[in-house]
Amino acid sequence: MHHKFSQFGNFSAAALLLGGILVGGAAQAQDLQGAGSTFVNPIMTHWTADYQKTAGVSINYQPVGSGAGINDLVAKTVDFAGSDAPMNAGQLASAGAPVLHFPDVIGAVPVVYNVDGVGPGIHLSGDVIANIFLGKITKWNDPAITSLNPTSKFPDASIFIVHRSDGSGTTGIFTDYLARVSPEWHDLVGEGTSVKWPAGLGAKGSAGVAGLMRTHPNSIGYVELSYAVQNVIYYASVQNSKGKFVYPTPESAAAEASNIKVPSDFRTFFTDGSAANGYPISGFSWLILYKDSPKTDQLKKFITWVLTDGQQYCKDLDYAPIPDSVKSKELAALATLK
Amino acid sequence: MSIDTGSAATPGVAASTGISPELKRRSLHETTLSRSLDRGYMFLLFLASLAILAIVAGLLIQLTLSSEPSLRAFKLNFFVRDDWDPVANIYAARPFIFATLYSSLIALLISIPISLGAAIFLAELCPKWLRTPLSFLVELLAAVPSVVYGLWAIFVMIPWLTNKVETPISTSPFLAKMSLFNMPPNGQDMLAAGLILAIMVTPYITAVSRDILRAIPRSVREGSYALGSTKWEAINLVVLPFARAGITGGVILGLGRALGETMAVTMVCGNGMGPFKVALFNPCSTMASVIANDLGDASGLHISALIEIGLILFLVTMVVNAAARLLIFFTAKDIQGGGKRP
Repeated sequence: MHHKFSQFGNFSAAALLLGGILVGGAAQAQDLQGAGSTFVNPIMTHWTADYQKTAGVSINYQPVGSGAGINDLVAKTVDFAGSDAPMNAGQLASAGAPVLHFPDVIGAVPVVYNVDGVGPGIHLSGDVIANIFLGKITKWNDPAITSLNPTSKFPDASIFIVHRSDGSGTTGIFTDYLARVSPEWHDLVGEGTSVKWPAGLGAKGSAGVAGLMRTHPNSIGYVELSYAVQNVIYYASVQNSKGKFVYPTPESAAAEASNIKVPSDFRTFFTDGSAANGYPISGFSWLILYKDSPKTDQLKKFITWVLTDGQQYCKDLDYAPIPDSVKSKELAALATLK
Repeated sequence: MSIDTGSAATPGVAASTGISPELKRRSLHETTLSRSLDRGYMFLLFLASLAILAIVAGLLIQLTLSSEPSLRAFKLNFFVRDDWDPVANIYAARPFIFATLYSSLIALLISIPISLGAAIFLAELCPKWLRTPLSFLVELLAAVPSVVYGLWAIFVMIPWLTNKVETPISTSPFLAKMSLFNMPPNGQDMLAAGLILAIMVTPYITAVSRDILRAIPRSVREGSYALGSTKWEAINLVVLPFARAGITGGVILGLGRALGETMAVTMVCGNGMGPFKVALFNPCSTMASVIANDLGDASGLHISALIEIGLILFLVTMVVNAAARLLIFFTAKDIQGGGKRP
């Protein structure tokens, strides 16, 4: 008898505890909901943890992919979206109400490769990268590649192209660059988060691309910088518009953004820019929100914090901070929000 | 009057046991109660079966409605052109339709001889002590989740396929020139998709074919032996022709599974977006894999086009499955009829 009672007691205590957790969880989850870019997720994790500590506001961010995040925002299931590509005209039209874009970090998209007997840091020009992804340069020992890298010895092997199979802001930055440096790419493929790839294999997510490339020698692809660094995949030094070969680093990505002119809605790519030391395949990641929403005030505070205190995490996580010229414009725009 | 109905409903019970009127009344009462319960039960079951119909009809209506913008915009071009271009917002699904059919065809070509052989062995030749564990394994294989097949394919099948099959072929002087093989080996391609599908549908076709073969009455075999035929002749000339339609049904059932398979195929098909090629080493996208890849990021017309692909897939698999069921149904009927023949 006693035994039974104590069991029941245990059970009800557990139920109470579970209930408490669930209620607590629900109350917390109500602060701010975000979804989108996987690219921004590592720093977003730091932001949400730190912002909860300093401001007491809890934020739940789901890294479901840029496009999916934008869809969630338009469906109003989240308060903000993270995206590495700005919303396009069609998406803006379907949003139904004014939407605001705020760049939160700058990321570089390295061209990564895994070629037998070739070390890190080969030189590639925009033209060569475009022709590889167009399927026009098919061998690693093509003169177009070897002439840029006289000291490396390339195998007589087919180039194994890997691109993202899912829609991705990283693809948005990469194809925007290719469309700027190659008229043929511009006409044949264009730029977007998912495009009509003329050649190659698709893999899901940066992790999928990195994984596929590891198992396939003589491959080339593109991932976010942090993936290339963490997975120790070699990446190329890419020739910028000033003719200089530049490595993707947080510094070179920041340099690329240093002298850009941002439009008032901040929806801009700046690949293949004019900075002398800039890495040309770099771009913003944005936080996107509705101009008028019940959470506007909270979002305004959060984004302001991200742009000021939040920027300190950039370097360690291989992002570049937003340059002051852009930041001041963003803060001014945020200040006008009610 | 009412008592009459009651005794009619429980024939013989009251009459033969000669129980008291009191008990009779009670049993009558229970009968009406259980009858109304019966009716309620039947109604519930009917509702449940209606739910199935409603789900199918709802799916069809919803798929058609949601794909309407795409149906309207591309009409027949959706089936005859190669562009799947989210940038220009132009969608045509021909490469995916072809890739779906082609990979399923490869799967059946590989799988039919193997599953038929296994089914004949299990049904006709296998010693009893081996039959149960083998049959159990076949059914187990059919129940393995497709993502597990996909993982196995990535870590085991594809490295093997690339190094031991595709590379030798693509470096051989003769084969490499054939249009089937004139591409550099990719590992993740049409051949990989067909191969993993073959492995996945084999247990299905085996299980159905074995059941069909087991359903053929002993008398048919015995008659054939009595006429002096060998085991080979009995199987080849008597049993198999008898089961032909049913086995075809099993094959079509496998085809249905192959057409709609998503996860494992997406993991190994390469997700290439180019036009369709006969080349086996061409990285491709099937209808199911393109839906899985694109849906998260799609909006507007893009979503509608993906749903149209879903609609096509839905209709194709419905037709394929219906055909298979009908074939199996008629064979089973034939077999029963055959058993009764003198």
